Amino acid sequence: MGTIVFFIFAILAIAAASGVVTSRNIVHSAFYLALSFSGVAVLYVLMNADFLAAVQLLVYTGAVSIMVVFAVMLTLRGEVSDSNPENRKWGWGAFISVLLFAVIALVVLTNSDWRVLPSAWTSGGSAEDMSLLLLSQFMIPFEAAAVLLTVALAGAVILAKGVKENQ
Amino acid sequence: MNLGNLSVGLSTYLLVGAMLFCLGLYGVFAKRNIIAILMSLELMLNAVNINFVAFNRFLWNQKIDIHYILTGNVAALFVIVVAAAEIAVGLALVITIYRNRQSTNVDEFNWLKW
Amino acid sequence: MFKEMHDLFQWAWLIPALPFLSFLLIAFVTKRSKGLSSTVSILAILTALGLAIAIGLGIIQSGAELVEHPVIVSANWLNIWGLKIDIGTVVDPLSGMMLFVVALVASMVQIYSLGYMQGDKGWSRYYAYQSLFAFSMLGMVLATNLLQLFIFWELVGLCSYLLIGFWYFKVSAREAAKKAFITTRVGDFGLLLGILFLYNKFETLDFTALSAALSTNLQNVAVVGTVGYVTVMAFLIFMGPMGKSGQFPLHVWLPDAMEGPTPVSALIHAATMVVAGVYLVAKMYFLFEASPVALQFVAGIGAFTAIFAASIAIAQDDIKRILAYSTLSQLGYMVFALGVGAYSASLFHLMTHAFFKALMFLGAGSVIHALHEKQNIWDMGGLWRKMPITGTTFFIGVLAISGVPPFAGFWSKDEILAGAFQNGHPIIYAVGLFTAFLTAFYMSRLFFVAFMGPEKPQNHPHESPLSMTIPLVILACFSAIGGLAALPEHNFSFFIHFGEFEPEAMNWGLAGISVVAGLLGIGFAYYIYVKEAIKAESIAARFPIVYRILNNKYYIDEVYLWLIHHIMDGLGKVLYFIDIYIVDGIINGIALLTRGSAKVLRRTGTGQLQTYAMVFFFAVVVIFMVFAFGEGQLSSLNPLAMLGGVK
Repeated sequence: MGTIVFFIFAILAIAAASGVVTSRNIVHSAFYLALSFSGVAVLYVLMNADFLAAVQLLVYTGAVSIMVVFAVMLTLRGEVSDSNPENRKWGWGAFISVLLFAVIALVVLTNSDWRVLPSAWTSGGSAEDMSLLLLSQFMIPFEAAAVLLTVALAGAVILAKGVKENQ
Repeated sequence: MNLGNLSVGLSTYLLVGAMLFCLGLYGVFAKRNIIAILMSLELMLNAVNINFVAFNRFLWNQKIDIHYILTGNVAALFVIVVAAAEIAVGLALVITIYRNRQSTNVDEFNWLKW
Repeated sequence: MFKEMHDLFQWAWLIPALPFLSFLLIAFVTKRSKGLSSTVSILAILTALGLAIAIGLGIIQSGAELVEHPVIVSANWLNIWGLKIDIGTVVDPLSGMMLFVVALVASMVQIYSLGYMQGDKGWSRYYAYQSLFAFSMLGMVLATNLLQLFIFWELVGLCSYLLIGFWYFKVSAREAAKKAFITTRVGDFGLLLGILFLYNKFETLDFTALSAALSTNLQNVAVVGTVGYVTVMAFLIFMGPMGKSGQFPLHVWLPDAMEGPTPVSALIHAATMVVAGVYLVAKMYFLFEASPVALQFVAGIGAFTAIFAASIAIAQDDIKRILAYSTLSQLGYMVFALGVGAYSASLFHLMTHAFFKALMFLGAGSVIHALHEKQNIWDMGGLWRKMPITGTTFFIGVLAISGVPPFAGFWSKDEILAGAFQNGHPIIYAVGLFTAFLTAFYMSRLFFVAFMGPEKPQNHPHESPLSMTIPLVILACFSAIGGLAALPEHNFSFFIHFGEFEPEAMNWGLAGISVVAGLLGIGFAYYIYVKEAIKAESIAARFPIVYRILNNKYYIDEVYLWLIHHIMDGLGKVLYFIDIYIVDGIINGIALLTRGSAKVLRRTGTGQLQTYAMVFFFAVVVIFMVFAFGEGQLSSLNPLAMLGGVK
């Protein structure tokens, strides 16, 4: 059962991702992106990372996708059906990407140690476990992340607001 | 064949992650619209997160303290935080550039030229 | 009995909390209403004073038991792997005494400011700073560990900065604020290093735990070099007090700090903040005691500062500056007292000094207020008749600082001198005695010139309002009788002492000598400035060089300036030369080479980000392949192999 679900959503995520990079309409790309994020969230659930799955849905599917859509709306000009074209060097890009994938796949498949099957899962991965870890061992990175988010927020506001001349 | 008993292994997840990563990489290389490039970057970060969580899940060992074994998930969480910050600043930059240049086309951004 | 007292002591945290609350209230709620702001602030500090008195009485009642076992209430504040810091309050006689002194002087100053700051635009801001200062200082006194103390230590430094620069529209005030902040920062840096060193060695910052850890460490002979690093620690810790308590050579900020409003000088730069250094040394006395070298150093610095500042004070004309140098000198007294082992005498002097120096500063403020900002003592004269309350209270202050019995200064100063003599430091005793003479001389000079003598017709002084004279009277009472705490059987040193308590009888012989020194100083000043038997000008004319040196404060500020101008700048010039001709020569050569090659290679930079990314990633893939499939040198570093991957 888990296997079927896995393949459905893995394929969904990959298909949506290829939709993102091949669609010539940037609005479609943005929606494919949200779909891909949701597919990945299901993979997280299959890996017993419930909390991460929730965060994935909230942050990526919810927030990031919406922000992308807004940015698209703010900057769209010209014909929407040709808003997301490839450049002239796309062939080279495809070559390097496929090469990288081939190398990774070779390493993964020729290595028996990595064909690990899941061991029995008893508990863990809930928000409670994560928060315990975050507030003890990872306290400093946690605080740093909080600072980063604040700074990014302020930076984004300042950048998007723009600087007025003669001030 | 009973598909229910056929478990999915670590390498399958890694391959899914690699696939997503390479698709994102292709998007970064090949797209003209800078927002599309940012989207592709998000795909790549997602792929990395899949790997983190997969390693965490499959190398999970009951005997080790649970507070250490969730480290992979925590790393993924931090990646999400950084990604959120990145997309916010990135899009703000896009809007600023758009305001100055009236364009989102990367081909036209050649300030790095000699 | 003790059980109830314990309950009372648990509420000690309220003492700093109340002024903090008032600070927040003033800053966020009542800042628009002047009347409300000052009322809130004064109510808070008076309540704190009431609590401090209650705690002080409680300490006296619980007697010896509390001396041995201070009441510590603390909560865990920080607990990050390996670093555990508590925050809390410690109630023992030392902190109880400090609480009382700080709360008393702070409340007097705040009431006094009602009159002094009348009509100032920054009224609410002033009271907000005052409350913040009271919070920080009281919090520092109650600190249970070094980090907590350091935080509050920096907070009082901040308040000092804010209050010196209170009239920020005056350039001199801004400059003085910066000078104070930066000079004390030099010392604070050493203090921070010392704290880190202590933590590194003993893995705790708690005062009691540190003390215990140190004594076990010292007993352990196997720990070679313990005394050595203890000395280093003590030196580093002492750097903090050197800055904060204005010890030579970091004393330069204190006289300039007089740019702030006079009540601020009375509170921060005479009675409370500057003695924080003495308090810190007293708190860390177990550390200093373990290192004779450090104690010697402390004593030497203190004695030198005492006589050095006293000699400068003789030749100053600005009433506040005289008091400032007098403060430096008296701080030197406290510090060298700690250095020679007269622990309780030093803290006793801290208390009495707080009373009479705050009194004199407030008196000076009253005079300045009456004369419309005139500060030169030669512009004053005959003020006693016009301002009887100010004059009388000031006179009590002068008698107290000169060590005339039975006023407060006599008892504490005598104990310090006796301590120096009996603990075998004859040179320091002599320096202290001479300083006592100088102190009496310059204080009487100030008093005779400003308050007696002929009136100046251009002045129209009038007695200050009640809000200013009442604090003067209260402080004068304490200056007069505060020293009597040395008399009863359970006297000051019974409560505040270090190590075993040994009751000491008054050494009336030594006391007599110091009284004679003080009276001699007063008499001398009377002879010169009232009788005018010897003209002051003629002395100055006889020794022009000495006078000029003293008047210019030994040119210390100028020396610092000269050092910065010549040594630093000269070094800078040399380095500049090296930089221009040698370093830059090499760099320019390389740059020329780079430039030539760049002319050719720059064609490859297309400015297309995606092209760059592709090249970059292609290289990544190649390196990855080498690691994954390659043999030999590179693949031995294979990260995948480390993960248990590729064979």
